[in-house]
Amino acid sequence: MHKTPPFLSILAVLLLVILLAPVPTAAQGNEPTDDEVNAIAKQLYCPVCENIPLDVCPTQACRQWRETIREKLAAGWSEEQIKQYFVEQYGASVLATPPAKGINLLVYILPPAAFLAGAFILLRTLRSWRQATIQAEPVVPVQPEDPYIARLEKELRRRDG
Amino acid sequence: MTQEIPAEAGSSQLPRRWGIFLVWFLVLGILGVLGFSLMRAHQGPIGIGDGVPDFILTTFDDEQIAIGDLRGQVVVINFWASWCTPCEHEAAIFEQAYQMYKDRGVVFLGVGYADTEREARAYLEKYGITYPNGPDLGTRISQAFRTHGVPETYIVDPDGHLADVRIGPYATLNEIINAVEGVLGY
Repeated sequence: MHKTPPFLSILAVLLLVILLAPVPTAAQGNEPTDDEVNAIAKQLYCPVCENIPLDVCPTQACRQWRETIREKLAAGWSEEQIKQYFVEQYGASVLATPPAKGINLLVYILPPAAFLAGAFILLRTLRSWRQATIQAEPVVPVQPEDPYIARLEKELRRRDG
Repeated sequence: MTQEIPAEAGSSQLPRRWGIFLVWFLVLGILGVLGFSLMRAHQGPIGIGDGVPDFILTTFDDEQIAIGDLRGQVVVINFWASWCTPCEHEAAIFEQAYQMYKDRGVVFLGVGYADTEREARAYLEKYGITYPNGPDLGTRISQAFRTHGVPETYIVDPDGHLADVRIGPYATLNEIINAVEGVLGY
């Protein structure tokens, strides 16, 4: 009768134990990492600490907000849902990039419009400068100064003629 | 001798003039909006005697309280936050004041500013606060009052006008009593 080597049996048991063991919560992605929390936090500003993104703000208020992000992530909320929750709770001013509606549209329209207008004005100015330079330059007939070239041209003209 | 401008040249100037007008219009409009925003940002809190802005407070118990429905009563509105240490100092004395005045036509409202719900509820429980409290959803109430921080307390007279403001915490119960009595004695 064929007998299984003992080390193979041990290996099989170990494999079974590993496969059947409960997977830790962290491995399931239920416990969000600091990086995951900060990825959302850096897109938010709390009204208490103006101009400091939530991911680096050291105040207690901001710590509480980051904890809320962590809880929402753990509950399976998406980034957009979390941001929307913060907007509903604390207003649109918490967003690092304002939503593209209402007067906020100016933020998105004006800079490219100003850039295009500037480029157009620059182009027109350069074009008018160029035209002015061309008009200002006197047309000087080319006079060969080199006696050798003069002789060469004279010879060519004679041959053509 | 005068030189006549060709009709074509005149009509080609028209879009150019409109373009310049449009650019100036836009520039002045943007400056106007910026100026208005700056003016608003530098305005202080609403002044004594001003009409108090309308707002609805949704409390942590899901009750809706409209300031407009409280006409005829003195209303004490306290802005606070669980992360605000000076707020903690006055939290307990506000509850004492509420117990003193709740049967005398004085309404106390607490507005939690930029707070998280769990910590806000824990704060209310810790200090045994029983008068209506709710979050400042969208920071709309604090914006309407143009607050600069917490704690701030606004006392509204029965006609809906601001009668007293305290920027910063009340140190003692007597300070709150004096403020409320001052408004009740109007």
